[in-house]
Amino acid sequence: MSWESWLISTISRTLAYGTPLLLATLGEIYAERSGVLNLGVEGMMIVGALTGFAVAGKTGNPWLGVLAAGVVSGVFSLIHAFASVTLRANQVVSGLALTMLGLGLSGVIGRAYEGRPLMNTLDEISIPLLEKIPVLGPAIFQDQSPLVYVGIIMAILLWFVLFKTRIGISIRAVGEDPATADSLGINVSRVRYLCVMVGGVLAGIAGAYLSVAYRPSWTDGMTAGMGWIVIALTIFAFWNPISGMFGAYFFAALFVLSFRLQAWLSPELLKAMPYLLAIVVLIVVSRGTLQKRMGAPSALSLPYTRGED
Amino acid sequence: MIKTPAWIQIERRPSPSGWTVFAISVVAILLALIVAGLFFQFYGVSALRAYGDIIKGAFGSRLGLTETVRRMIPLLVIGVGLTVAFRALFWNIGAEGQLLMGAVVASGIALFSGLPDPLLIPAMFLGAFAAGALWGIGPAILKAKLGINDVITTLMLNYVAIYVVHWLILGPWKGPTMRGFPYTDKFPTAAFLPMLGGTRIHLPTLAIGLAGALVLYFVVKKTRVGFEIRVVGENPDAAKYAGISQTKITVLAMVISGGLAGVAGVGEVAGVHHMLLNPSSIALSYGYTAIIVAWLARRNPLAVILTSFLFGVIMRGGDVIKISLGLPFQLVNVFNGLILFFLIGSEVLIRYRIRFGTVKETS
Repeated sequence: MSWESWLISTISRTLAYGTPLLLATLGEIYAERSGVLNLGVEGMMIVGALTGFAVAGKTGNPWLGVLAAGVVSGVFSLIHAFASVTLRANQVVSGLALTMLGLGLSGVIGRAYEGRPLMNTLDEISIPLLEKIPVLGPAIFQDQSPLVYVGIIMAILLWFVLFKTRIGISIRAVGEDPATADSLGINVSRVRYLCVMVGGVLAGIAGAYLSVAYRPSWTDGMTAGMGWIVIALTIFAFWNPISGMFGAYFFAALFVLSFRLQAWLSPELLKAMPYLLAIVVLIVVSRGTLQKRMGAPSALSLPYTRGED
Repeated sequence: MIKTPAWIQIERRPSPSGWTVFAISVVAILLALIVAGLFFQFYGVSALRAYGDIIKGAFGSRLGLTETVRRMIPLLVIGVGLTVAFRALFWNIGAEGQLLMGAVVASGIALFSGLPDPLLIPAMFLGAFAAGALWGIGPAILKAKLGINDVITTLMLNYVAIYVVHWLILGPWKGPTMRGFPYTDKFPTAAFLPMLGGTRIHLPTLAIGLAGALVLYFVVKKTRVGFEIRVVGENPDAAKYAGISQTKITVLAMVISGGLAGVAGVGEVAGVHHMLLNPSSIALSYGYTAIIVAWLARRNPLAVILTSFLFGVIMRGGDVIKISLGLPFQLVNVFNGLILFFLIGSEVLIRYRIRFGTVKETS
C-alpha cells in the first residue's frame, strides 16, 4: 500500500469509527450540561443498535431503522430522567441500572436476530465535486455513510444552540445554578428531561449506525464498551460539542491506528489511551480558574429541589 | 418534589427503622421480579416455569446450591469492601478493574515467582490485595487532594485494567503450551485454592469474605476509625472541623475496598479457572453487580452476606435458564437493572412517607 492510500484509508476509517462516538457524545454533553450525569450511554446505544437492525430488517428501509432507534432509545432514557429528576435518585446508580437493563433486554430480545443478514443497509455516499480534491476528497468525501455528515452537521448545530441561543443559556444555567435558573422562570425539570432525552435519541442513532451502516448485523454486546468511551469523551471535550467532534475523531484515530501500527506499538496501549486521557484531562482542569472555565457543570449529578439547600 | 393532589401528603420520614427499610426493600425486589415475570410472558416463556426452574436450579440440589455459593463468593468479598468505600462517600465503580488487577498479580506470582509451594497461595492473596488497593488508591488521592470525580476515575481504570489483561494474555504471558489460545499456561497445582469437597467453592476466598463482613461490621460500628469513616461520608465539613484527615480516611477506605476486590480476583483465577484468561470471562461484571449488593445491604457489611447470596441465586438462575429455557445469560442483566431501579424508587419511600387525607404542615 502506498503511503498516500494508507493515509486516505486511515482518515476514512477514522471518520467512520468516530461517528457513533460523536453522536452519542453530543447527547451526553447535553445531558451533563443540564446537570444530569447519565452513565446509561452503553445501554441506550445497544438498545438503539437492536431497534435499528430489527426495524430496518422488517421494513426494508434502513432510515426507518435509524429513526426508530432514536425514538426507542429516547423513550428508554426517560427511565433515567424519571429516576434522577423526578425521584431525585442517585444518578450514578440509576445510570448503571440503565446500562444493565439495556444490555440485558437487547441480549435476550436480540437473540432471534443473531447472525441474520440485513438486506437493505444504509448505503455509502460520495459528495460530488468535493470528492475530486486530491487526498482529502477520497479520505473525507468518498464512500462514507450519510450519518458521518449528519454527525458533523449536528456537532456544529448543537454547539450553536448551546452557546449562541436562549435555549442554550437556559440549559447551561440549569446545569450551573438551578436555583437561580428557577428564580428566572426556567423550568428546571423540563430542561433536564429534554436534555436527557436528546442524549437518548442521539445514543440510539449512534447504536443504529453500528448495526445498519458500519457493520450491518446484530451481535449481543456489539457496542463493546463504546458507551464508556463516550463518558470519557464528554470530559475530554470540556462539555463542548465542537471539541467533542475533534475528540471523537482523535479517539477513533487511536482505535484505527491500534490495528494499523500493531507491528510497532501495542494495540492495547492505544486502546487504553482514551480512558487514561480522560483522567489526565480531569487532573489538568482541576485547578482554580481552569476548573471554572473548562470543568464540569457545577450542578452535575446533583438533584434539584426548590427551596432546599 | 412531585406535585400531588391535596389529599395526598408527602413528608420526610424522620428516621426509618431497620425493619421499615427491610420491608420496603423486599417489596421493591418482589416488584422487580414481577416486572421481570411480565417480560418472560411477553417473550413467550411462562414466568412461573422460569422462576420454578431458577428456584429448583439454585436450591434443589447439592450441585445447584454449591454453584450458587460459588457465584456468591466474589460478590460477597467485593460487596463487603464496597460498603466501606460507600460509607466514606467514595463512589468506587472500579471494583471490576481492581478485581482484574488482583487476578493479574496473583497469576504472575503463581506462574513466575518460583516461591516454595506452601508460600504460594498466601503470597498470591497478599499480592492481589496490594494490587487491588493500589488500583483504588489513585482515584482516592485524586478525589481527596484535587476534588476529582471518583465515579469517572474508577470507571476509566476498569478499562485500563481490561487492556492490561488483554496485553498480557496476547503478549508476554501467552502460554506456550496453550497452542496459540489467548490464555496463560495453567497454574502449578500448588497455586490451586483448596475446594470444598467435590464442589467449585474455593474456601479461602469464602472465608475472607465472611470474616471481612464480621470484622468490618465491628470496625464501622465500634471503632474510632469506623466513626471517622462515617463522619467523612455523612458530613465532610464536620470532619474537617474535627480534624479528621479526609485524605487519610478516603485512602484507607479504598485500600480496604480495592484490596478486597483484588482478593476476589484470586478466587476467580486460582479457584475457578486456574489461569489468566479473557477479562470478560474472569470478571463477569461481578464488580458492577457488587455495587447493587452493597447498595441493597444499605452499606451494612453483615447484610452483604444476605444480599450477595441473593445475587448469587440470580446469577445461578442465569446459568440454569440458559440450559432449561434456552435464554441467554444476559437475562441476569435484566434482573439486575430492574432490581436496581426498583430499589432507587424505594429510596423515595424510605426518605419520605405518603399520608392520605389532609394534614397540617409539619415543618
